[in-house]
Amino acid sequence: MQLFLFLALAIVAIAAAIGVLVSKNAVYSALALLVNFAVLAVMYIMLHAQFVAVVQVIVYAGAIVVLFLFVIMLIGTETSLLAARGRSRQITTIIALVAGVAFLISAAYVAVAGTVSADQGRVPGDGAVQAIGEALFTQYLLPFELASVLLLVAMIGAVVLARKQKSDEV
Amino acid sequence: MDQVPTTYYLILSAIIFTIGAVGVLVRRNMLVIFMCVEMMLNAVNLTLIALALQFGQLTGQIFAFMVMAVAAAEVAIGLAIVIAVVRHRDTTNVDDINLLRG
Repeated sequence: MQLFLFLALAIVAIAAAIGVLVSKNAVYSALALLVNFAVLAVMYIMLHAQFVAVVQVIVYAGAIVVLFLFVIMLIGTETSLLAARGRSRQITTIIALVAGVAFLISAAYVAVAGTVSADQGRVPGDGAVQAIGEALFTQYLLPFELASVLLLVAMIGAVVLARKQKSDEV
Repeated sequence: MDQVPTTYYLILSAIIFTIGAVGVLVRRNMLVIFMCVEMMLNAVNLTLIALALQFGQLTGQIFAFMVMAVAAAEVAIGLAIVIAVVRHRDTTNVDDINLLRG
């Protein structure tokens, strides 16, 4: 039953990822990205990571995709799909990357399937808010605080970068 | 209850990561390249969370959480740069943005 669900979700996730890749219009890319994020959130719940699933929906599907759509609407986009450079170069790139995914899959099999036992463990507290909070505020307190500094710097940086320059205003 | 093997999640993650990498290399629209980078980060998150369940530890989930924080910061800065570039050069095509090319 879970395997069925996984396979269905995996197909949707890969289709959405390809949709991001091939859509001519950037708006459709953003919407396909939204589908991809939502499917991954469902997978996180299947993996006993409830809190991360909720954060995924709020941060990625909520904030990041909306930010993308906002910028697309703000600046408009060209619809040129691929580079102007040679077609054969593109094909070479794609072949190289297909070989790359074959390598990654075989690496996943060899490195992980061999060493990892078939039965999965149990995440403490099923990844609920309480367990995550306890870990974040005890063992991982420093990274948590540093993340807040990072977000503050990013916020200030975004404001500075997107601000109109003085010379433009005249 | 039958469980989905962790390896399946890792394979799915590898596939999504590679699609994202293809997107970064093949697409020329700055915004779409950003979206593909986000997709790659998400694929890595899936790996971390699948392995968190495999080894029965929360560390992977905390890592995924931190990756999300960094991704949010990256998107904010990246889109600000996109807006700044569009203001100066009026294009989102990365082939046209070659001022720093030697």
